[in-house]
Amino acid sequence: METSRRNFLKISGVCALGLTALPVADVFGESDLPKAIKNPQALTGQHWAMVVDMKKCWEKGKEGCKDCILACHAVHNVPDIGSIKEEIKWIWTNHYENVFPGQENEYNVKNLEGRPFIALCNHCTNPPCVRVCPTQATFKRPEDGIVMMDFHRCIGCRYCMAGCPYGARSFNWRDPRPFIKTELNMRFPTRERGVVEKCNFCAERLAEGLLPACVEACKVGALSFGDLADPNSVVRKLLASHFTMRRKPELGTQPNVYYIV
Amino acid sequence: MLERALTGDKRYYRWLMFLLVLMGLGFASYLYQFNKGLTITGLSRDVSWGFYIAQFTFLVGVAASAVMVVLPYYLHNVKVFGKITILGEFLAIASVTMCLLFIIVDLGKPMRLLNVLLYPTPNSILFWDMVVLNGYLFLNLLIGWNVLEAERKGVHYPNWVKPLIYISIPWAVSIHTVTAFLYAGLPGRHYWLTAIMAARFLASAFASGPALLILLAFLVKKYTKFDPGKEAIDKLSQIITYAMIISLFFVGLEVFTAFYSNIPSHMEAIEYLFFGIHGHGRLVPFMWLFLILAIVALVLLINPNTRKQEKTLKIACLATFFSMWLEKGLGLVIAGFIPNPFNEVREYAPTIPELMIAIGVWATGFFVLTILYKIATSVKEETAPSI
Amino acid sequence: MKIYDARYVLIGLAIFVGLFTIPFWYNMGRAVPPPDPKLDTPVIQQMAVKQCVLPLAEIRTGHMQLLNDWRTWVVRDGLRTYVAADGKTYNMSLQNTCMDCHSNKTQFCDQCHIYAGLEAGTVPYCWTCHIAPKENQ
Ligand code: HEC
Ligand code: HEC
Ligand code: HEC
Repeated sequence: METSRRNFLKISGVCALGLTALPVADVFGESDLPKAIKNPQALTGQHWAMVVDMKKCWEKGKEGCKDCILACHAVHNVPDIGSIKEEIKWIWTNHYENVFPGQENEYNVKNLEGRPFIALCNHCTNPPCVRVCPTQATFKRPEDGIVMMDFHRCIGCRYCMAGCPYGARSFNWRDPRPFIKTELNMRFPTRERGVVEKCNFCAERLAEGLLPACVEACKVGALSFGDLADPNSVVRKLLASHFTMRRKPELGTQPNVYYIV
Repeated sequence: MLERALTGDKRYYRWLMFLLVLMGLGFASYLYQFNKGLTITGLSRDVSWGFYIAQFTFLVGVAASAVMVVLPYYLHNVKVFGKITILGEFLAIASVTMCLLFIIVDLGKPMRLLNVLLYPTPNSILFWDMVVLNGYLFLNLLIGWNVLEAERKGVHYPNWVKPLIYISIPWAVSIHTVTAFLYAGLPGRHYWLTAIMAARFLASAFASGPALLILLAFLVKKYTKFDPGKEAIDKLSQIITYAMIISLFFVGLEVFTAFYSNIPSHMEAIEYLFFGIHGHGRLVPFMWLFLILAIVALVLLINPNTRKQEKTLKIACLATFFSMWLEKGLGLVIAGFIPNPFNEVREYAPTIPELMIAIGVWATGFFVLTILYKIATSVKEETAPSI
Repeated sequence: MKIYDARYVLIGLAIFVGLFTIPFWYNMGRAVPPPDPKLDTPVIQQMAVKQCVLPLAEIRTGHMQLLNDWRTWVVRDGLRTYVAADGKTYNMSLQNTCMDCHSNKTQFCDQCHIYAGLEAGTVPYCWTCHIAPKENQ
């Protein structure tokens, strides 16, 4: 039996190929009846964006207000790990010079330096995180531009965290469940150890016709959310009537979160 | 041929046992990490890649450097490398094995590793890195094995191996280029965002890889009857000399561009590495050690007398290897994350379990290497003309 | 045909077979009660026609595929409403739809999965993220 080993290898190779082709066959074998549709009550847009009016936030909001942050983190079961090292956050504040590094200017109006700015995922038009993800676990929704995470697919390589120039991504270094300090929102899943997470522009709320939780929670209307493709949307009107800034525009990512100062 | 790995003297087995113990400790630490999560490492939200990925990056270089013996031998017919090519190829196999292991231990969800194949994503450099690394492993296994087997039988290796050898040459360059692209294509990580990243990687690889190869060749010569040959080592040491000079030159280029342009984001990572910023400078001693070792290596390598002497050459090789390890296997990856996107400094230091896992992976690599070298040297001893 | 090192090969083979059949040995001699998924949840008891998203035979054997489709449609395609064959619509959600009706996870899903050899809690692994309904036991 001189050639048996070689033949065995050949046959097993073909078998392995056949196995990998199975899932493909599955897809084609499926019936083409449309079974899934968009929620009829969903908010729809082609290019979601947010305008953050920091002036309103500082002038009208109470000192140290965290309503938007608390609302978001409660709705999404975001844990409070209690250490800077493993912090998980979807929306948070940091100082002007940290959110807009390189834009410091000691003679700035109104002492911008040291003032809190709200930061969250920019849902970039050219998102580097999407470009680098090896499994398409993070992807840009073609219909409305939201940069989404598919937690089922994430392998936890953290390339997206290296890719994101805005520090918008957090990794679950440990099991987050014991650290969820807010009352568990039974309507939304938690995450588990080993996956990356970030703001999803409240895709699950938009689908039910609701605005993002942070926008809804802000009592002074400092956060506005809308469709950039619609000239009559709140965000387009705000952008047309105010000078706005975006974070690190020179990187070509085209952030979709705008700041009024 | 495998059975040659099973017969050895006491020292051989003792060494393997030692490696197995380290592998066991590493594996136990990995189980700990597997159960607790990557929280047991020193990694953080801000420095999200660390020791593992740095080792991976460095070892890709060692793997790629095999080309430095294969290319002259097969393309330029540099005969003196004839004996040593197999050592280079087997070193590449062991290094790529370590690379793949370091990627796996770094994953948050290793069970989902196959997702990379299930959802192939050509726009991700990591996807390509996986493709080229596995391809390189496969190529070297095929080539090394067949060439050695042919040698054992005293025949010429099969003809179909030749094209694979030619392919393996640009392929070696590709693994390190693609690995450099992992870093060099990210907006907002200024230390990495440099067009010469791939060139820097290759230069430092062609210094550190052959340096390790020379040290291994000396070990092989000492412990077996197989002598890789003085001329081969001579030639390799010349390659190291040039590669080392070019490497340091490239580092100098980075420093010039950053500091003459005076752009803060370009200067900060380098300042952090060599002087510390915002009162943080954990890597400073390591980076100065890198510089000192690099200079020692250069002095010993450039001077032909010290380069040709076995003792000083060994020191030069050790200095080269460790200086490049500090620069690439430590500084480069970590400094890319410092300062973070908010211009804050959050430092990183590996933890004990993290180091244990890394040692376990290195031990695995050396285990593979030992076995492969055992086979190679046994075959060489058998086929060597008896005097 | 001559086998080289037959001794080693056989020992290796024996170890391999032993390891490979661990799940089998593991379950040997254990009396496993047949599954009895309970349907007595408040929501289901109030239903006039007791019917699942799919006909019984299909949901019983195909619920993993359905869940898989649901999750792709929801997470990746942004579609959240499912139109069943009978025209009824459902919000595609494991946690909020399946488990609203089957709020007795331990008495329902787990019953079957334990019987089928999928260890409760770990496989299916969904519940490390999706929140299982609260049950008073
Ligand atoms: C509207 C309430 C309702 C919803 C929503 C629902 N089910 Fe059911 N399910 C039922 C009822 C009632 C039965 C029993 C059907 C029968 O006996 O014909 C059942 C049966 C089943 C069975 C078969 C049990 C057996 O005895 O073999 C499975 C499995 C199942 N459901 C899973 C699911 C999954 C998975 C989902 C979500 C995709 C889901 N169900 C959503 C009401 C529901
Ligand atoms: C009638 C018994 C039965 C009931 C009731 C049942 N399952 Fe299952 N389920 C199975 C079996 C059997 C499998 C394994 C199928 C396989 O391995 O191919 C399975 C597999 C699954 C899987 C896929 C697991 C994997 O690892 O791929 C999921 C998800 C799942 N079930 C969810 C549920 C949920 C949620 C419920 C309760 C609402 C439920 N099942 C109730 C029998 C059941
Ligand atoms: C890493 C955490 C994680 C794991 C593990 C996980 N999911 Fe999810 N899943 C999520 C998140 C987060 C969403 C998004 C919810 C949303 O947008 O409404 C989701 C959404 C879904 C949805 C659609 C929306 C909804 O609310 O249910 C389905 C169906 C689903 N998952 C099924 C599964 C199944 C089946 C498993 C196990 C085989 C599983 N998931 C495991 C995190 C997870």
